[in-house]
Amino acid sequence: MSGRIIGIAGPTVTVDLKGLRLYEIVLVGEARLTGEVVRLERDRAVVQVYEDTRGLSLGEPARGTSTPLMAQLGPGLLSGIFDGLQRPLDRLLERDGHFMAGGSAAAPLADRREWRFVPEKLAGEQVAAGEVIGQVEEGNFRHLVSASRAGEIAELAAGTFTLCGQVGSYSDGGEISACQVWPVRRPRPFRRKLAPGEPLVTGQRVVDFLYPLARGGTAIIPGGFGTGKTILEQSVAKYADVDLVVYVGCGERGNEMAELLEEFSDLADPWTGRRLMERTIVVANTSNMPVAAREASIYTAVTMAEYYRDMGYHVLLLADSISRWAEALREISSSLEEMPGEEGYPTYLASRMAGFMERAGVVETANGTIGSLSMILSVSPPGGDFTEPVTQACLRGAGAFLMLDASLAHRRHYPAVNWFHSYSLYGQAILQHFTHQISPEWPAAQQRCRLLLQREEALREVAEIVGVEGMQESDRLILHSAERIRLEFLRQNAYSEDDAFTPPERSLQLITAILAEHQRIERRLAEKVTLKEALEEGEVDHAAL
Amino acid sequence: MRLSEHTYRTISSIRGPLLFLDRVLQVSFGEVVRVVGPAGEELEGEVIKIDRDTVLIQVFGDTRGLDTGSAVSFFDAIKRAPLSPAVIGRVFNGSFSPVDGLPSYVPDRWGPISGAPINPVARARPRDFIETGCTAIDALNTLVRGQKLPIFSSAGLPAKEMAADILRNSRLAGGGEFVVVFVALGLTHHEYSFYMDVLDEMQGGFAAFVNRADEPVIERLLAPRFGLAVAEYLAFERGMDVLVLITDMTNYCDALREVSTAREELPGRRGYPGYLYSDLASLYERAGRIQGLSGSVTMLPVLTMPEEDITHPIPDLTGYITEGQIVLSRQLHQRGVFPPVDVLPSLSRLMQQGIGEGRTREDHRRISNLLYRHYANGRDLRQLETIVGKDGMNEQDRTMLDFADSFEQELIHQGDQRRTVAESLDLGLALLKRFGLDS
Ligand SMILES: Nc1ncnc2c1ncn2[C@@H]1O[C@H](COP(=O)(O)OP(=O)(O)O)[C@@H](O)[C@H]1O
Ligand SMILES: [Mg+2]
Repeated sequence: MSGRIIGIAGPTVTVDLKGLRLYEIVLVGEARLTGEVVRLERDRAVVQVYEDTRGLSLGEPARGTSTPLMAQLGPGLLSGIFDGLQRPLDRLLERDGHFMAGGSAAAPLADRREWRFVPEKLAGEQVAAGEVIGQVEEGNFRHLVSASRAGEIAELAAGTFTLCGQVGSYSDGGEISACQVWPVRRPRPFRRKLAPGEPLVTGQRVVDFLYPLARGGTAIIPGGFGTGKTILEQSVAKYADVDLVVYVGCGERGNEMAELLEEFSDLADPWTGRRLMERTIVVANTSNMPVAAREASIYTAVTMAEYYRDMGYHVLLLADSISRWAEALREISSSLEEMPGEEGYPTYLASRMAGFMERAGVVETANGTIGSLSMILSVSPPGGDFTEPVTQACLRGAGAFLMLDASLAHRRHYPAVNWFHSYSLYGQAILQHFTHQISPEWPAAQQRCRLLLQREEALREVAEIVGVEGMQESDRLILHSAERIRLEFLRQNAYSEDDAFTPPERSLQLITAILAEHQRIERRLAEKVTLKEALEEGEVDHAAL
Repeated sequence: MRLSEHTYRTISSIRGPLLFLDRVLQVSFGEVVRVVGPAGEELEGEVIKIDRDTVLIQVFGDTRGLDTGSAVSFFDAIKRAPLSPAVIGRVFNGSFSPVDGLPSYVPDRWGPISGAPINPVARARPRDFIETGCTAIDALNTLVRGQKLPIFSSAGLPAKEMAADILRNSRLAGGGEFVVVFVALGLTHHEYSFYMDVLDEMQGGFAAFVNRADEPVIERLLAPRFGLAVAEYLAFERGMDVLVLITDMTNYCDALREVSTAREELPGRRGYPGYLYSDLASLYERAGRIQGLSGSVTMLPVLTMPEEDITHPIPDLTGYITEGQIVLSRQLHQRGVFPPVDVLPSLSRLMQQGIGEGRTREDHRRISNLLYRHYANGRDLRQLETIVGKDGMNEQDRTMLDFADSFEQELIHQGDQRRTVAESLDLGLALLKRFGLDS
């Protein structure tokens, strides 16, 4: 099927092709730029083009491909760095140079790399779609190969093969390969969804202790610029207790991607000691790269994440920032002259967002193992105003809300997670887990920590009226202890090697020490010792240690 | 591919800088056209929309005097800049025509002005300290080579004096000189001559693209792209360290809004188009370094916050893209502090890599953290002071108030004095010691 370009407006191109389907990939122009059908009319189609459309001419050819946007899935994705369309950025660098070139196609996976395949099924066996038929060693990961469809196996050979080479065949003659493609906008199937219940340990004290996340859960991190969204996302990407991380730089800074790539190549995963990059897939579609590819980037990423989830892994997807995705949606919608909703966003913003976030979860996979896909999404509200549509749309699907506070950030209290407005719906379930796995002290310590922070807030108002001098000693003690909690516990320096990551056991120790000292002084005050003296006793004890 | 140029006289309407042209047979998106008016005046324009044989053209320059009989010629070329080291020492208008009375030069090559995004894996992480001579930056919000760090100013604040000092005083770690690319957008004559005097003193040379307040609005959108195309060329093909000063980005954004309104696009917040973020990113993201290449593009945009509101879309979206911001404060200015930098909302995101042992000094991080913490406390206490009065406060709190005052008057304030980073840090340390806050 081929036709011609009859209109161009920014990233959207109108073609006179007939018989296309919605979301089908169309190659437009002599340069064969990739685009996706976003609107169909009887004798024309509107295509959202993933690349810069400058230079495209009226009358240039356009051709349908009969397939929607696909991700290539197979061994070799790990450590990969892709753009929003899953093009491998290092190969584009080798071929096109330092700057991105338009119309450059490149397969996501290196097709000449060799893999060792070990079959787990014999000739003559019947397999269902999604059933495991063998495995490949991908770095330190057991990469399960599953049947792309049901059938009887005719042949399955152990040995080395190149990526898309055949590892066997079905009785009806069909090929079996360890590599497959999947339409990125369609969630991959699983048997059933389970409720999240296991903790997703982040190594960030304020999160693990006060607002714990769950494997298979979703969390959002909204905050104005400079409040620490990116550093928090990157810290979690480094230290989270998961098997695999997919990190999407969605419409943000190029230098941040350079920073992430450099650090992840040097640093070790604290849980396994291996290089972080070995467990990471990066999707980088920075703010100056094409907007339509930015829109696609989160789908490309989540499809790769689901693929590893289906092997029974715990996968964490981090996106920085989901607001840039929403803005891409808005730019495309407005170039289609759709009726705008709130703040110019299309009216389907909330349902698209919900559809994306629904792809998180703990699942029993098609082959019966348990895997999980967790999401942590940063949100960049204009002017730091959380009533805006994107934050609100995210809130509906999010299980945890880590609100970043500009006033904390300005005084360099990082992570600037506000301890009154944030919440985690996983709190209760995870609390039980920590109580059993770590210490029965956990719930009480958490309770007392919260209480002190709340009392501090109330007392601060009093202090503003009467001054600290005019307050009772017991109240001044509360101010003192709450300050210690803030400075020594909640604050965590991402740039300090010792501080950047704290396992939950250590978090509990730290907070317990502060709370114990608080109690000791409380007792001393009851014995009529002054606060000043009681504090000094503590320092002496400390010095004696 | 067209072999010859095509000329049409089929304009159906003219709206501000926009022309609608009918019955066009061959045209490319983003193509440059030439428009010849009834009096023989020549203007350039760009194709911004194609709908079958109707083409929408945005004209660069003043469209007054054009009529529907004007001729429009197509060449099948996109907007390009003449690239050559000969650009150094020259002054151009927003259309890249020389305004210094000298003839044009023969370019090394022509490059598209919008450039192409740097492949994220090709980027080298910025980490080389730049000494600006300004304590609020060097000690507290350190700038590094390849960073984009804007100055957020407000009407009446001395942003240009501060920018000028940075130009005069900045030194690369290795001692080399910057080449400055100066992009002036909507400047008054007074501001323009102020900057030109400063540029004339630059050792490393400069190239200037100047669009004055009374010159076409549309050239305000072009000038930064010319400037950046030149900057990328000098940096990544000629190995130079380029410092791009763009002022005032607020005028750029207002020009974008004006053009967008004329195109009848859906207005976003405060009337700015919904793509303002992506558009600004297409400029700011051109700063950086590239692995294996020696040059760099460091960017210093200056903007005026309308109504002193940092949540206004211009500073807001800028702050979301740039690697920090230097925020100027009216209170400090009124108290005679120069440069009047409010360090609390200011930030340099790339500071951590640029400081410490072997870069600035091993105690840099500690000093800067302490200064921030205690100054933030002192500032909080000023609110308390307005309620209970200084006499109602305890001694410790009164000390913190005095510390905040001294911090502003002695450390942030430096008048026209250039300080090395060591001097800035020593001064900060001495201040902390004097108040017993150095541990
Ligand atoms: N945990 C942290 N420890 C130390 N500094 C931090 C931390 N989080 C944020 N920062 C500081 O805040 C700056 C902005 O953080 P970033 O994550 O880039 O903000 P955002 O993405 O919200 O704009 C960083 O450059 C760093 O200086
Ligand atoms: Mg960020």
